[in-house]
Amino acid sequence: MSGRVVVIGVGNPLRGDDGVGPATVEALRGLVPDGTVLTVSDGEPARMLDLWRGADTVVVVEVLRAQPARPGKLHTLTAADAASRTARTASTHALGLGECLALAQALGQLPQRLVVHAMEVTDVELGAPLSEAVRSALPELVDRVAASVRQAHGPNHEQ
Amino acid sequence: MNDRGTRVLRLDALARVEGEAALHLRVAGDSVAETRLRIYEPPRFFEAFLIGRGHTEPPDITARICGICPVAYQMSACQAIENACGVTVDGPLAELRRLLYCGEWIESHTLHIYLLHAPDFLGRADVVELARDQRAVVERGLRIKQTGNAILEQLGGRPIHPVNVRVGGFYRTPGREELRPLEERLRQAREDALETVRWVATFDFPDVVCDHDLFALRDPGRYAIDSGTPAVMAAQGQGPALREFNLAEFEQHIREGQVPHSTARTSALDGRRYLTGPLARYAINGRWLHPVATEAAREAGLGDPLTGAVCQNPFRSIVVRAVEVVQAIEEALRIISRYERPPRPAVEVPPRQAAGTGATEAPRGLLYHRYALTEDGTLTEARIIPPTAQNQTAIEEDVRKAVQARLETAGPPADDEELTHVCERAIRNHDPCISCAAHFLDVTVERT
Repeated sequence: MSGRVVVIGVGNPLRGDDGVGPATVEALRGLVPDGTVLTVSDGEPARMLDLWRGADTVVVVEVLRAQPARPGKLHTLTAADAASRTARTASTHALGLGECLALAQALGQLPQRLVVHAMEVTDVELGAPLSEAVRSALPELVDRVAASVRQAHGPNHEQ
Repeated sequence: MNDRGTRVLRLDALARVEGEAALHLRVAGDSVAETRLRIYEPPRFFEAFLIGRGHTEPPDITARICGICPVAYQMSACQAIENACGVTVDGPLAELRRLLYCGEWIESHTLHIYLLHAPDFLGRADVVELARDQRAVVERGLRIKQTGNAILEQLGGRPIHPVNVRVGGFYRTPGREELRPLEERLRQAREDALETVRWVATFDFPDVVCDHDLFALRDPGRYAIDSGTPAVMAAQGQGPALREFNLAEFEQHIREGQVPHSTARTSALDGRRYLTGPLARYAINGRWLHPVATEAAREAGLGDPLTGAVCQNPFRSIVVRAVEVVQAIEEALRIISRYERPPRPAVEVPPRQAAGTGATEAPRGLLYHRYALTEDGTLTEARIIPPTAQNQTAIEEDVRKAVQARLETAGPPADDEELTHVCERAIRNHDPCISCAAHFLDVTVERT
């Protein structure tokens, strides 16, 4: 695979564990091939559609709320998986990632390849730092996102 | 349903309201006994967070309060600091600020109209359902919104949480040529926005009249966005048609109180319930709309703004928002057409020991900031009064009225699901912004 690769870290660093997406994007600097677009977003659908316009592969990093909670647990989802989890997604915007993907699909604006790496969280208190469970799991999340990016860039970048 | 008994509806989260809010509604027999809107409001956290910071920091820090209206926070913050330091930013720098603010109005209003509000009128669960059978319509909304985004990106330096704004002006101002691509997009957006006004005007509006006092900035000669004097239009028969007061006296008129059910404070204006936002702006500033927006308002059935028409139906706020998008686009085009790059990107704002106030018209209504500084510019006090908190009491009253009206309607009694929908619609009319919140979509309805 090759083409334009965009990584979008969705979330709000001021809301505790909701900052996972931006923290992952920050950690990826220097770890992914040149030309990879690293960006953060509040996840608002029109902005998301703008961010992935013209991209061949999009990697989204999000947080996920599950019952019972297993903070730090990682999930890799397809666009269809994520779109079906609208009631369980926690993010800082008017419509969740699930609705955003469903909207993109209805409008024929889903990127050719889209993968969501999501981490289960519980603590999204205003002003809180990343929780211990999330901090411990962050390196593995970064590894997974970096692997998706290298895979998207093609065999020369596989490790 | 038990029509005579007492029942409680609890919406633990409201779908399609930005951020987090919850509503507690108690219905006893045929009447609404209690309406409590609970809002998790972050500006209070920021008020504490700002103490001890430098006087140049509030625009960047408060921009983080809201992902949808960061410019409003930046502009009110800049004005309050500049007011404290005795500096006025005018000329092309003020025009550029207004252009940036227009970008925010365009994108924020369009987000609400298309992605959150229109589905209510069209019997669709949400914008996804709407997009499935009216794809071109939703694409039109996204086009307008992305034009607003483009202005923000051009002037703000990036699409979210602009970083190019500073106390005194900007870090960098664009040259004329850099703004030219925006002109083309704005012309297309004007056509799309006029289509939007025609579209929303065809919706079916419940016949409702609200009786809140209306509160907005007034800026004679132009539709208030980034400047003006606080003005109050009293509800029918409740006082003088229009009165103003100095911004320095804001907190003498707007008194905040705390209620046990919400972390947001509630406000009263000289002891009375009031509404800020599009309906208030249109009532107080309508005569200064651009001719194209004026004509759009007339055609959409809002009355003639040149003769002081007032829209008191909160359900028609979607039409007023659509007209305000036309206004913001016209204003953006006007500013770009006359723009000359200012000689310097910002004026100096040396600190001094003083306090200052700033207020602008955020898309959802009047946003007030006050800061007190020491001689070296350290903040000792910060006060932020956002529109949603100001509107909380008026929204509760609208919800009460809407549910009461439904309970009194002849025919089959309303079940909890229908009442939930009635409440959500009444709340979404006001586009409350419960910013920086995590958004959970589970809704729980409980009966007793």
